[in-house]
Amino acid sequence: MALYKLNINGKSYEADLEPDTPLLWVLRDHLGLTGTKYGCGIAQCGACTVHLKDQAVRSCVFPVAGIGNSPVTTIEGLSENGDHPVQQAWDEVDVAQCGYCQAGQIMTAAALLRRNPNPSAEEIDAGMTGNICRCGTYHRIREAVTLAATKLK
Amino acid sequence: MENQKTDSGRRNFLKQSLIAGGGLLIGFNLGGTKLAAQGIISNAAAEAAVEFNSFLSIAGNGLVTIYSPNPEIGQNIKTSFPMIVADELDVDWTKVNILQAPLDNSKFQRQVTGGSGAIPHSWKRLREAGATARQMLMEAAAQRWKVPVSELSTADSMVIHKAGNRSIGYGELAEAAAKLPQPANVKLKDPKDFKLIGKAVKNVDNKDIITGKPLYGIDFYREGMLIAMVQHPPAFGMKIKSVDSTAAKSMPGITDVFVFKNNVAIAGKSTWQIMKARKALKVTYEQEQEPESSSDHDRLFRELLDSKDATVRRKDGDVETAFKRAARVITKEYQCPFLPHSPLEPMNFFAHVRPDGVELVGPTQTPDRARSVAAEITGIAPEKITVEMTRMGGAFGRRLMADFVEEAVEISKQLKAPVKLIWSREDDMTGGYYRPAVRYRFEAALDASGNMTAYKLRGAGMNAGNPTREHNFPSGSVENLLIDSVEHKSPVSTAPWRAPITNFLAFAEQAFIDEVAQAAGKDPVQFRLELMDKAKKSPVGKIGYDIDRMKKVSEMVAEKSGWGKKKGVYQGFSVYYSHLSYVAQVAEVVLDAGKPVVKKIYAVADCGQVVNLSGARQQVIGGIVDGLGHAMYGNLTFKEGAPEQKNFHQYRLIRLREIPEIEVHFVDNGMDPTGLGEPALPPTGAAVANAIFKATGKRIYNQPLTEQDAMKGAS
Repeated sequence: MALYKLNINGKSYEADLEPDTPLLWVLRDHLGLTGTKYGCGIAQCGACTVHLKDQAVRSCVFPVAGIGNSPVTTIEGLSENGDHPVQQAWDEVDVAQCGYCQAGQIMTAAALLRRNPNPSAEEIDAGMTGNICRCGTYHRIREAVTLAATKLK
Repeated sequence: MENQKTDSGRRNFLKQSLIAGGGLLIGFNLGGTKLAAQGIISNAAAEAAVEFNSFLSIAGNGLVTIYSPNPEIGQNIKTSFPMIVADELDVDWTKVNILQAPLDNSKFQRQVTGGSGAIPHSWKRLREAGATARQMLMEAAAQRWKVPVSELSTADSMVIHKAGNRSIGYGELAEAAAKLPQPANVKLKDPKDFKLIGKAVKNVDNKDIITGKPLYGIDFYREGMLIAMVQHPPAFGMKIKSVDSTAAKSMPGITDVFVFKNNVAIAGKSTWQIMKARKALKVTYEQEQEPESSSDHDRLFRELLDSKDATVRRKDGDVETAFKRAARVITKEYQCPFLPHSPLEPMNFFAHVRPDGVELVGPTQTPDRARSVAAEITGIAPEKITVEMTRMGGAFGRRLMADFVEEAVEISKQLKAPVKLIWSREDDMTGGYYRPAVRYRFEAALDASGNMTAYKLRGAGMNAGNPTREHNFPSGSVENLLIDSVEHKSPVSTAPWRAPITNFLAFAEQAFIDEVAQAAGKDPVQFRLELMDKAKKSPVGKIGYDIDRMKKVSEMVAEKSGWGKKKGVYQGFSVYYSHLSYVAQVAEVVLDAGKPVVKKIYAVADCGQVVNLSGARQQVIGGIVDGLGHAMYGNLTFKEGAPEQKNFHQYRLIRLREIPEIEVHFVDNGMDPTGLGEPALPPTGAAVANAIFKATGKRIYNQPLTEQDAMKGAS
């Protein structure tokens, strides 16, 4: 066990953890931030996507020991009032069916748009194809990313 | 920046987030929902309200609370049920608070999600619930103003007296109105006056979903609870021989390890510590039943199809004579693999077994079943067992089962503590229930003019009961027909999977009919339409579908897709009736470097009255994506009783890059609503396979499609 200082959603936390503990379980079990979801545990589905600095990472395979001083942003901290342009677009397009994968989809989309504010249809497809939606909301995900890009302009 | 010790527990964190949120967080207890437009509504307002019936209450401030009793798995029932009540009540939708009701047999019927049956079952009940309350509110206003009820009307949560140029809010009338006798035979709205029904209304949980609120069973937290996982046998047909848990027990964070019912439970403080300790468990198993491999299933299916001992499901005319006289006979067989359900939220459940009762919270399609199994295991009376349903991260039939509830209850009972059970993805894919593999043999007899004079179908199923739908199309249109089935009892556990039976039967039937049409030298759509006409004019035996509705969707999708009129694309057609609804599809395939690629799918659905246009479109598009994805890629195989695919790196689900364009139309026929959670899925595979045939000249008989020769292109 070791003591880790973490900067998550602009707050600092200390937690006594085994170094190999994936960030996902630190968030869910230790900090009560359950918006980040467990889907596969092997970085295949994207449900656990969070931002480390500005990069989208799969928290289910990211050990707490590797975080260092980098700030972490989860779905709970993406915006103050749930009104990040990507979140707004997700609501307006009415993307969710079961909704379970959508936090990961939103975090992936937000990182994509930060990197590339004006993505082509192909770039959206390439950027979002790593996230599984078992309900098949892919058409609306595509539409919402496109809409969010216009909101960011 | 605030600084806090996380070790002191999650509770502090939660308290803080309440304050940070700037208002009262809706209690998790009833899965409260706040509508995006109006911020936060407190449960206190709902409690102060007067109850009109099981579905709704109205508070003095005009806030209407509508209870949605059925489990939400993403079919959007938590939005569409309240919409129906609200429309008849004539309420301002932005002033409605929606709560997921817990299991309550005294208030609600059929609190089940399954069979695409919730809306058909509840349509009239929900309308009456809203209309009855509206009538009572109008009567209260009539008494107050001393005018006849006939002079009153309603709109946006107000009773209006036009002649007196006055209006009054529902909130002011609620207390007096609720004391009035419940009127019988209330008048329901003329559908042309619907304000919400048929419109696109956003998911009422959107705000909570996009901000990561704890909506799901896996998110549930109770002070002092333990987390538990279960080690199942690695293969079907195995039982535990010995368990050495010494190493696992000594790992950090582990509180308990014990054996129950051929499983090993392992409990502790955090999921990761338990996952690690599981690896230190030493369990040996022995064979209890003959293990089955997928190669055994292939052999068994062939034996079953030639069995002399089949259960006859339907028999019309004289099939034997008709086949003897046939000018041409077509015989084809179709087979699909096992599939896991793969809801993205793995199985989980919270149970707290106390001496005087049981508390259950979690994702279940059948809360009543959850209660029954808890009662059975604990011996505690069902009325002392509460069940709260959380929003589900998908289900697809998997959560009709209660195995995971049983495990949570067993562990809580043993440990005398509140316990949240969690399965890993590997547990979910390898330890559960599956859509069973099935093999069908079809035979059709054609006369010299290409008329289908006889038809035979035999289904060979695994733990499937009747793997046919004997009164479905083309039954009724063929004079000589025999449908029978044979079954193998497999140790592999199977369960309903979205559109049970029809999810593959539709593929087989509609691919076969297409091939028969080709043999008859007829256009595939025209061939089916002629059969429908025949069934209409001279029906043979029972017909379990509405011929006119099936014909309508078929003709409409042909028209919308420009059937037979397009150049450069290859079209395939399919139509299917299931869960009381009719869906026809045309798939369009192009050849890219000689290989078939699905570009577009047209769908026409007749589900009667559409309740929520946004949700309904989702069910059709999602059903098609699901049907396409699993037909293309889904494949779970067994070796010596053990599933060979354990996670998404070995088991492929469809991804965003792989979806075709989808165009959806609904038939507007004014009929009462029928099912929509499942009916769009069954026709997809065959529409795609029939289009691939047009493109490549190769028929497809088995799934997954990606492993079939036709996917390599024309030879």
